[in-house]
Amino acid sequence: MKGKSLIDVLHEIQESNPENYVPENLAKKVSDTFKTSPAKVYGVVTFYTMFSVMPRGKHIIRVCRSLSCHLADGKKIVKKLKEELGIDFGETTEDKEFTLEESSCLGMCSIAPSMMIDDVPFGNLKEEDIPVILKKVREGVL
Amino acid sequence: MKIYRIHALICAGAQCLAAGGNGLEDALKEELKKHDLTEEVNIVETGCMGSCELGPLMVVYPEGVIYTKVKPEDAAEIVEEHFLKGRPVKRLLWKQEEKRFPTLSEVPFFAKQTKIVLRNCGLINPEDINEYIAQGGYEALAKALTEMTPEDVIKVIKDSGLRGRGGAGFPTGQKWEFAYKQQSDTKYIICNADEGDPGAYMDRSVLEGDPHSVLEGMAIAGYAIGAQKGYIYIRAEYPLAVKRLEIAIKQARAAGLLGKNIFGTNFSFDIELRMGAGAFVCGEETALINSIEGKRGEPRKKPPFPAQKGVFGKPTVINNVETLANVPVIIEKGAQFFRKFGTEKSPGTKVFALAGKVNITGLVEVPLGTPLRTIVFDIGGGIPEGHTFKAAQTGGPSGGVIPAEYLDVPMDYENLPQLGTIMGSGGLIVMDETSCMVDVAKFFLKFTVDESCGKCTPCREGTRQMLNILEKITSGNGTMEDIDRLEKLGNIIKLTSLCGLGQTAPNPVLSTLRYFRDEYIAHIKDKKCPANVCSMRGAKNERKVVNRRPA
Repeated sequence: MKGKSLIDVLHEIQESNPENYVPENLAKKVSDTFKTSPAKVYGVVTFYTMFSVMPRGKHIIRVCRSLSCHLADGKKIVKKLKEELGIDFGETTEDKEFTLEESSCLGMCSIAPSMMIDDVPFGNLKEEDIPVILKKVREGVL
Repeated sequence: MKIYRIHALICAGAQCLAAGGNGLEDALKEELKKHDLTEEVNIVETGCMGSCELGPLMVVYPEGVIYTKVKPEDAAEIVEEHFLKGRPVKRLLWKQEEKRFPTLSEVPFFAKQTKIVLRNCGLINPEDINEYIAQGGYEALAKALTEMTPEDVIKVIKDSGLRGRGGAGFPTGQKWEFAYKQQSDTKYIICNADEGDPGAYMDRSVLEGDPHSVLEGMAIAGYAIGAQKGYIYIRAEYPLAVKRLEIAIKQARAAGLLGKNIFGTNFSFDIELRMGAGAFVCGEETALINSIEGKRGEPRKKPPFPAQKGVFGKPTVINNVETLANVPVIIEKGAQFFRKFGTEKSPGTKVFALAGKVNITGLVEVPLGTPLRTIVFDIGGGIPEGHTFKAAQTGGPSGGVIPAEYLDVPMDYENLPQLGTIMGSGGLIVMDETSCMVDVAKFFLKFTVDESCGKCTPCREGTRQMLNILEKITSGNGTMEDIDRLEKLGNIIKLTSLCGLGQTAPNPVLSTLRYFRDEYIAHIKDKKCPANVCSMRGAKNERKVVNRRPA
């Protein structure tokens, strides 16, 4: 475990899990490895917004809610995403493909409004782009 | 070394890639092959060039011809017309106010900048250490290790007057000296790359475009204070920066520039990455320390300061990305060189992330003390047609607004606090008459409420109360007493919060109240939003504030 912090290990667990979350049994194992209590690990997992203790979709959509995106009518993009996916923030689509989340700032203010799907950034978003992007991600082209 | 007729630099920063730059390199190479030009034209993927809004960007040397919004579909025309026949593609040249600017040096956006921190961004391939070395990279480290004592290094940094670029502007040399004087066999250098301020992305661009400048700065800092190890704490939201840092660290180790006995001296230093996981408060140094230790990112009480008792209880210096990127230049060229830029008390340059309602958005590096007007109008090209400048927001959720009457105030660490805002990490969001100041204040308060770690009451409960009052005002149910309540509560939160997040959280509200009080009053008395942003639909529109985190 040299060179890894508890948070790095939690990232690895979550990334290798197709359901994108930290399951209880593994969290317990982590607490053993780091000689700490399961409660402490639970405290860490629930503190950071990128970790989840509940199963999530295959792809995580993070919409930027920074002021630049807000001024660039990011609200419309959020509305369109919610419509297309039929879910609200923090929810997962029925087919378990997407979970919709917010991010404080993705640092892409020059191409606002922006979002990330997993590790892929998208900018200069228009409402009509959303269904196209979602379709491509579903088909695995992106 | 191979000699090429043309060097074509294409921006591979995250924003240019997201704007459609992915695939440009392949398309160009394909075309070059078709015309048998692969031996004559060198394609280099660089980091961020700065004017991200016009991306994907491409600069063709020796002339420095700049192309904007280049798509893979344009590759054929560029290769055939420009590379083969020597005729630049006019329709892709930089365009401003109906005028085309054929080369980089003619474009006002670039010509009026002074690049120290961004010296290599957009110029070198960040994934190749040799390109950094060819620009003089790691010479400062060699100079420090072989010609200077740690005391000398600290003295140069102190003399340069370099101040922390993460927000507070604390003198870097003083911080180093403090840690240097601590007796301990283990000390740490941490690079704070948890850039979370909405609207700021210069650190990401430096890490993506010139990662070695930060590694070199850290190694010099390590030598100065006597640390053998460094951590870079980076947001998980920046996967490209993480990837480029990993490559850079690996290459630096392989070249013997990190690791044991660097340059054959007794100095050994290595760097590891530590990832964040989406918590804004971790940019606060004591919360960051907790996070590196694998704990909840809640801030600690100060003193003890990190320089006395930091990560794992050892003396620790925490510097921001931009601060560290300045260090090699200061060591190599001296304190006096650095002091040529900026003001007496705020020497050097600052990178601003220009965004919002301005013609050209992107990264802008200017000497500290440059008036806001120069940045917004001369470099940023002013406000889009038909609109007027209303205010600029600096310092993100910890800062405030600068109204039009202060456009000529020099932007430095002394003047901004007097205007009721802060430099912060350099986010600069321009707003025109279509932006509602109450809405902007509410926006930042909502951000703080979401990001407050909940450890201390003033920040956890106080900011929520302030947000409730703002919700009330923007839905048309406010009273004049609410303004007094906002001010009173804001001042209490500033005085009594544990860490910087809470201590600065009321600033956006207090600052907009200072300059745009009439807008608050219009919402309350006339039940009208002058900018027509707030819906003012009465109580039923009031948003419920819920805690995002599961109980």
